[in-house]
Amino acid sequence: METTILNRKEAMLTANAIRSDILAMLPPGKVGHLGGSSSIADIMSCLYFHHMNINPKNMKDPDRDRILLSKGHSVLAQYAALTELGVIDRNELKTLKTYGSVLQGHPDMERTPGIEAVTGSLGQGLSVGLGLALGLKLEKSKGRVYVICGDGELSEGQVWEAAMAGSVFKADNLTAIIDLNGIQATGTTEETFPIPNIAEKWEAFGWNVIQLDGHDVVAIHKALEEARNFKGKPSVLVARTIKGKGFSFAENKAAFHNGSLTDEQYKIALEDLEKIKNEVEKS
Amino acid sequence: MITASLRKSYGEALVQIGRENKDIVVLEADLGKSTMSCFFEDQFPDRYFQMGIAEQNMASTSAGLALAGKIPFYSTFAVFATGRAYDQIRSSIAIPDLNVNICGSSAGLSDFGDGKTHQSIDDIALMRVLPNMTVLSPVDAEETKKMVKAMAESEGPAYIRINRSDLPVLTADDDKPYQIGQMTSVKKGDDITVFASGIMVHQSLKAAEMLEKEGISVEVVNVSCIKPLDKDAVKQFSAGRKGIVTAEEHSIIGGMGSAITEAMSENPLPLVQIGVQDKYGTSASCYEDLLKAYGLTEDDIVTAVKRLIKK
Repeated sequence: METTILNRKEAMLTANAIRSDILAMLPPGKVGHLGGSSSIADIMSCLYFHHMNINPKNMKDPDRDRILLSKGHSVLAQYAALTELGVIDRNELKTLKTYGSVLQGHPDMERTPGIEAVTGSLGQGLSVGLGLALGLKLEKSKGRVYVICGDGELSEGQVWEAAMAGSVFKADNLTAIIDLNGIQATGTTEETFPIPNIAEKWEAFGWNVIQLDGHDVVAIHKALEEARNFKGKPSVLVARTIKGKGFSFAENKAAFHNGSLTDEQYKIALEDLEKIKNEVEKS
Repeated sequence: MITASLRKSYGEALVQIGRENKDIVVLEADLGKSTMSCFFEDQFPDRYFQMGIAEQNMASTSAGLALAGKIPFYSTFAVFATGRAYDQIRSSIAIPDLNVNICGSSAGLSDFGDGKTHQSIDDIALMRVLPNMTVLSPVDAEETKKMVKAMAESEGPAYIRINRSDLPVLTADDDKPYQIGQMTSVKKGDDITVFASGIMVHQSLKAAEMLEKEGISVEVVNVSCIKPLDKDAVKQFSAGRKGIVTAEEHSIIGGMGSAITEAMSENPLPLVQIGVQDKYGTSASCYEDLLKAYGLTEDDIVTAVKRLIKK
């Protein structure tokens, strides 16, 4: 049984750096998906820096672990993590979503180093991840596949097709992570399209379900460890998160699903991140 | 003339390429006994994925398998293989240009009994509009076999539409492999050229024979690769003709006839499109009744050619 040791403080500081890079992509006035990107920053930190078998110098290693962002609009968090890893040049951050940029509005494997698939048309990422996981099994590869889905995305029927198939094929090298932030484009999931008993649903579809606080790096670490060691079933992490986490004015606000910051908000955002960083360093 | 099953050819070809290349994997949505992908299941159960009746997941899962270095073929009825999973094909497969191969079985009106929901008259249009996608429509069992091999060996996604019925074997059983993009003349003639695909090649040959007796010389071209379309060949086969007929078992909107028309737009000739005239299919007790009702017989081609000759 493999185990990794988590340096809690380091994981939190990396998550903070990821949020800082997200902010660097979204200067005042530039529209982008701040909310759903920041809600998965802690998960990205734990995955890329403590769990995944990847070599930033060789992102094409056939045995590497893969992350697919089925909620592709939150790709800013992945660009940020890949920047912290040194896979993406930091200078690219300011080019996000401009003509010719390597940083596209949604994940594009042909344009961006470290991006593993084309995703963003919601509902498809888990299916692609399943195929990848089945292919890796055929290849006897050690590679694991992580697919991050949004909670709003669970309205797509294809997610449940993939859930059924993942269970049929006992894809235990596949881990789905649900970013349960409770907000979709137009409002809360509760008022827009409520999907009750999410954990129970996955369990009923035959998955190993782990519920956790998606901002607690220790909880994320434990959950990822459990998922890696669980055999015979795919695992799903149902991670409760806060949309816009880390940015005081944006937390739990649908407006920051895809919005822009004012000069004032940008200044506050920088101060928020600095404050969090100092607190973590002192802890 | 010997007739043979294109579906059986598809299944046999999968087994053959599967034997040669361990990366070939096959996915199916509960219709393996109809598409004949079940032959592959018998031989290589570890590389066969019964995905259940869930075409969208099947399409995207194929994309994932391709990302892992596999060469997936997925099959089901044409109408579900394409339209049901259109966005999955577009986003997961065609945009990243993955070598995923799609087989649409029971294409056109050939699933005669099941009616309009099961008859695929828009699949070519849907697949043709996607950048990177290759679109194939074999004329017989032999061409089907060779096409499947060519699909596996070529980069990028490809779609093949297969008739449910047995069709006469037209192409010689030689060792020459199928080249994607290939368009071949199956009967020479001077007055009118009929560009046809699938079963309509056979109808066109019958029509050409009838017209020959009346002194009208018709060339019949098998357009078995609709995309990429060999525009030079279109030019070559239409040079000096009095007119052009296109004949396909598909809507005249967006199909092979549209592709030929687009290719000829700079050097236009009088042209008649034979195909399904912007209508849905319907149930019938036999295929022939539908071909007649939808204007897809040799007589319809004869009428079209004569119209052009009179102009």
